[in-house]
Amino acid sequence: MKHARVAWSGGIHKAIESDGQLWLTQGPHAGRRVGFDEVVWLPPLAPVPQPRTVIALGLNYADHAKELAFKAPEEPLAFMKGEASLIGHKAMTYRPDDVKFMHYECELAVVIGRTACRVKKADAYDFIAGYSVANDYAIRDYLENWYRPNLRVKNRDTCTPIGPWLVDAADVPNPMALKLQTTVNGQVTQSGSTADMIFDVPTLIEYFSSFMTLNPGDLILTGTPDGVVNVNPGDVIVTEIEGIGALTNTIVSS
Amino acid sequence: MQINRMPQTSWQPEGTVYGTLLNFQREWDIRAPRMSDEPHKAPPKAPVLYVKSANTFNPAGHDLLLEDGIQEVDVGGTLGLVMGEGGQVSAGALLCDWSVPHMSYYRPPIKFRCRDGYLALPLQTTACQALDDWNQLEIEVRLNDAVVQRVRLSSMVRDIATLLADVSEFMSLQPGDVLMVGTDCLPDGTRPKARHGDRVMISAPGFVSLQQTVRLQGGAA
Repeated sequence: MKHARVAWSGGIHKAIESDGQLWLTQGPHAGRRVGFDEVVWLPPLAPVPQPRTVIALGLNYADHAKELAFKAPEEPLAFMKGEASLIGHKAMTYRPDDVKFMHYECELAVVIGRTACRVKKADAYDFIAGYSVANDYAIRDYLENWYRPNLRVKNRDTCTPIGPWLVDAADVPNPMALKLQTTVNGQVTQSGSTADMIFDVPTLIEYFSSFMTLNPGDLILTGTPDGVVNVNPGDVIVTEIEGIGALTNTIVSS
Repeated sequence: MQINRMPQTSWQPEGTVYGTLLNFQREWDIRAPRMSDEPHKAPPKAPVLYVKSANTFNPAGHDLLLEDGIQEVDVGGTLGLVMGEGGQVSAGALLCDWSVPHMSYYRPPIKFRCRDGYLALPLQTTACQALDDWNQLEIEVRLNDAVVQRVRLSSMVRDIATLLADVSEFMSLQPGDVLMVGTDCLPDGTRPKARHGDRVMISAPGFVSLQQTVRLQGGAA
C-alpha cells in the first residue's frame, strides 16, 4: 500500500493511493477520493513523540564517491539533519542567488517501523516500516571541511523534499535492486540502481543501531549514485525510484 | 478552577538539538595555526553544527552508561538555548553534551556524539528574561565535587545573538529546537574526562543544576 499525508479542505489527512487517486482513510472525509492535483502533499510521515532522527549517507555509491574524487569509505559516512528541512512532494526549494553549484540527490529513504537497538543484519528488514523517495539537495559553494558535509550545505530550509508516498515494506520485496532516476526538465541526468550501494540497507541498520537506538518514524537517507548536475530557478526536478514513487520539486530563487 | 501541577517528568527537548563546534576562543586559538592544513584547507566560515538525536536524551536522575569498550568520555558543560516562536529564545537549559573523545573535526561525529544517553538533561529549563545577560554566564563543571572547569560564555567566538543570526542565515530554528552554544576545552586543548563511577555536576547562577554519574556497562556501582 502507498500512504500519503495531505492537506485538503482545511485539514491534514492520511490517504492511500487508489486507482490514480488519493483515498482519504481517516477523519470526517474518510472514504472520499480526491485527485493528486487537489491536495498539498506533506512528507508522508506520521508525527512522532520525540524529535525525528534523520540520518543521511554520504558517498554510499561507489560511482558517486569516484565522481567526487573520494575513495569509497570503509565505514558508513553519515551525517544528520533536522526534521525542519523536510518538505513534501510538489514543493518549492530555494536556491540562493549567489551560488554556482546546487545539485539534487535522489535517495532511497528508509522509514523505521520498530524500535531498533543492536539489530543484526539478518533481522534488519523486520524493523523497516516502508520506503520513500528523498531528494537530499546540496549547495556545494557552502562546503567546508569541518564535520563535512556541514549543515550549511545539507540542512537548509526546503532542501530535503520527501515523498510522495510511504510504501509499505511488504510491497517492496527487494529494496536492493531498484532503479533510481532523476530528470531535470524532463531530461534524464542521473540513473543508477540501489544494487550499487556500498553499504546496503541491512548493513546500515546494523551499523547505526549498534550505537544508537532508532525509533519508529526515524529516517535513513541512503545516499545517491553519480550524475549530479547544477540546477537553476525554474527547473523542475523529478527524483524517481522504481516501485516507490516519483518526487517532483521546483527550484525557485530566494 | 485552575490547578497548577509540577511537571510529572523531567524536561526533554521537543525539537531537534543542535550543537556548535569551535565556539570558544581558547580552542579556536589552539587549532588556528593548523586550520588551513589538510584535510580542512581553511578555517571554518559558517558555524559548524552537529545534531544530538533523540536517542541521546538522558533525563535527570539517570546514569550515563559507557558501552562497547568506551572507557572515558569528554564532559561538555554547555548552555542550550530553547527556541520559542519566531526564532526567539524562550528558555535556557544547562546540558552535558557527552562525547567520545575525538581530535579530528573533519567528518561528522555521529559515532562519537550520538550514542544512546549522550546528552544529559536538567529537570527543568529557565525562562529567558534578558538574553544578553547569558553572554556573561559562568558555568561550573564539577567532577566528584571538585571544580574542573569554569566555562565563561564571555569567551565565545560568536556571542549568542551572533550565533543565532549566523545559524538562521541557512536554517530556521523551530519552536522547541535547542541550540547549544558550544563546549570549551582546557588549556591543553582537551576536555575534562569522566570515567566509571565519576559524578559530574554542571551548575550556573539562575539555572537548575544537572548531575549525572558515569557507569561502565557491567561495572559495579
